Amino acid sequence: MTTTKKQLHRIDLIFKNDEDCKEILRKALAKSNQEVINEMVNSGLKGRGGAGFPTGLKWKLTAESKEKDKYVICNADEGEPGTFKDREILTRVPHKVLSGMAMCSKIIGARKGFIYLRGEYKFLVPDLKKEIRKFHDILEELGLDFHVEIFLGSGAYICGEESALFESMEGKRGEPRNKPPFPTECGYLGKPTVINNVETLAHSYTILKFGAQKFRDLGVKDSRGSKVFSVSGDTPIPGIYELEWGFSVNDILEMSGAENTKAVQVGGPSGALIPPSQFDRLLCYSDLATGGSLIIFNNSRDLLKDVVMNFTEFFIEESCGSCVPCRNIPALLKNKLDKIFAGHGTRNDLIEMEEWSNIMQINRCGLGHTAANPVTTSIKNFRELYEELIQRNVEFDSGIDLASAVTESCEFVDRIPQL
Amino acid sequence: MDFQEKLVQDLVSKYGTDRENLLPILQGVVDQERYLSEDVILKISKAMSIPAAHVYGTASFYSFLDTEPRGKYVIRICKTITCSMKGKNQILMAIENFLKVKVGETTIDKKFTILQTNCLGWCHKAPAMLVNDDVYTELTPEKVVDILREYKEEK
Repeated sequence: MTTTKKQLHRIDLIFKNDEDCKEILRKALAKSNQEVINEMVNSGLKGRGGAGFPTGLKWKLTAESKEKDKYVICNADEGEPGTFKDREILTRVPHKVLSGMAMCSKIIGARKGFIYLRGEYKFLVPDLKKEIRKFHDILEELGLDFHVEIFLGSGAYICGEESALFESMEGKRGEPRNKPPFPTECGYLGKPTVINNVETLAHSYTILKFGAQKFRDLGVKDSRGSKVFSVSGDTPIPGIYELEWGFSVNDILEMSGAENTKAVQVGGPSGALIPPSQFDRLLCYSDLATGGSLIIFNNSRDLLKDVVMNFTEFFIEESCGSCVPCRNIPALLKNKLDKIFAGHGTRNDLIEMEEWSNIMQINRCGLGHTAANPVTTSIKNFRELYEELIQRNVEFDSGIDLASAVTESCEFVDRIPQL
Repeated sequence: MDFQEKLVQDLVSKYGTDRENLLPILQGVVDQERYLSEDVILKISKAMSIPAAHVYGTASFYSFLDTEPRGKYVIRICKTITCSMKGKNQILMAIENFLKVKVGETTIDKKFTILQTNCLGWCHKAPAMLVNDDVYTELTPEKVVDILREYKEEK
């Protein structure tokens, strides 16, 4: 495998600050729409928010719609635990994101764009507004009728899901919609909408600047270009790593100086908990696909009590409550974990946890599909940790501690327990 | 016209009565009053001609749109994984000891409310917290008390 492996590099494209955004945009706007779409499609750029839909195709489909009103939305509702790259991009190179939006607006025929910024990043608004004002001046000079506004979220993880984001912008509860129809035909206010992640838009600027080929040259077969990873947890050098697609988990651990690593959570809670035996797996769309979150855990961590429980509680809170399995199963899984931690777990509990988690596939959105992942991936990859806690040779345990239940209720009615 | 009525009127005339302006209007009220009271929800409902149940439905969905009274400064401590690993509990304890209230509660002078929240997006600089819109990162129990002391003695 190593003989065929291409030499991959840590690179610095996204954050390289260039002041020639006006010229890049002028040149790009002079090209025909078809030319730019071809460029985007040929670059192989796929969505960087996590879902990985081909960006060129998204722009093309929206451009084909005959509707008069269309929108470009930048998804800056970066809520996946362990991810902070979009904030860095919007802080350091907002003009790249805005240029990507402007180029997209010309191709699809949109006159209005929004940056849906999560409420947690409200402190970015003054600087971002300044950048948008400057950018509007550039657009005026270039003769492009496109206007960008910031729309602030209010603390809901689910609003990063594109259709929930539209609902939120329409003044409603952030509950995902049924798909189809997809945003390319029915998005914000029912109009065709291109919605791209912050990083995707920034990459589209790189493609406009250097051309599709240079972008394509980076990365591996189905994953072209670079990816901004957010590395945190038990490492001496947490932070942002821009890498070509195709590095292994091990490479990143080495780069960030992590030692005694017991597990890595790839892709945030909705991703997977990876054991050392899989650290040679590759970060790319066909292996470990991720929005960029890598959380490192060393030997001192209790993976079940610290990690799996924390993530399960996260999903209990962040489920929109619309689909029954997503509303209930994470809470039931938490009860099971509590039962296992209290020493009442049996092999049957593990089987039930896995069976219930399978039901999650009937939920409507990505959150619902993945909300049991902390439990399922930990049972799959760290089964021995559960085995240590469950009782052997016990078929069934109701989980009720009769003695303490009787003591408690006797106390309540002022009686002495006689067990 | 009382202050609240004027606030709603100003926000509605700034943003407009279309449903898609509801979130910015609710956020505008929270900026001023820290929470959405029943009164203010009814006023928004009337001003925008949206059923009050819908206004409340939207408001109650979002964790930053509180529908219970909050202090002038809402402290939100990140409780998600990395912050939790890097000592969130000690930070929380230091805050509770300093303000003499528990998480979820508001101080008697209505100046501070302590809450926990999900990932703030500062995992590389954990533990982190928000005080209203301002971010504080790489907290220690000593540092957090210094920060809150400044708020307490402020202006």
